Amino acid sequence: MKTGTTTKQRPLSPHLQIYRPQITSIVSILHRLTGVAMSVGAIMLVYWLAAAAYGPEPFDRAQALFASWFGQLVLFGLTFSLFFHLGNGIRHLVWDAGHGFELPSVRAGGIAVVVFALVMTALTWFVACTQAGAL
Amino acid sequence: MDMSSPLARARGHGASTTGGTRHWWSQRMTSVAMVPLSLWFVYSMVGLAGVDHAAFAGWISQLGNMLLMSLFVITMFVHIGQGLQVVVEDYVHSEGAKIATLMAIKACVYLGGASCLLSIFIVVFGN
Repeated sequence: MKTGTTTKQRPLSPHLQIYRPQITSIVSILHRLTGVAMSVGAIMLVYWLAAAAYGPEPFDRAQALFASWFGQLVLFGLTFSLFFHLGNGIRHLVWDAGHGFELPSVRAGGIAVVVFALVMTALTWFVACTQAGAL
Repeated sequence: MDMSSPLARARGHGASTTGGTRHWWSQRMTSVAMVPLSLWFVYSMVGLAGVDHAAFAGWISQLGNMLLMSLFVITMFVHIGQGLQVVVEDYVHSEGAKIATLMAIKACVYLGGASCLLSIFIVVFGN
């Protein structure tokens, strides 16, 4: 129980030093990490649309930034984040509907999410690169 | 003014008096909406890679694209706000720091969302 505005420092049970990483826990924390990553990435969308609003030159500069190797790297990471978060988000919604709590299903679902994210990321970038003539 | 009986309020809203159930439902709604919207967004971005300003303006001036981009932006920022809220609540325990961070996140969500919507508007209707 909190008194006033101070919270007592309570001992924390060991977790990362005890439990072996599993598909369940890794996918779970990745869901959070990809979500946070995309929250930061949303700033890029704000910038891109604002650049368009300011006119052709600012927009061209924005496009050039995104076309740079660093920009492409970030966009690649965000693509993976999106497909991972989307796939695992659907997995969460299935749980919310009350299905799939058996451990084998949970593990299979986790693997499916990782595969989905990798495949969709590769597919998207393959299509984008062939369309842009880079391949 | 809420004129439902206590039973009516409990049914459909569980025991939550602090809005937790509403937050839970709202998060599920934005999540479901984000499934088709984010797929559309990725598809659109692939098509818009490297285009110039005129091409982008032409693309977003079409009602369908303007509408979907606007809906995507709104839904995304609401979803971001909800997601980051639970992250903050999990890791920030000092009450003052928690409230300050949550307020800052809310502010950024509104700023980001408004900026995107107004940018779209300017591109479509500006000179």
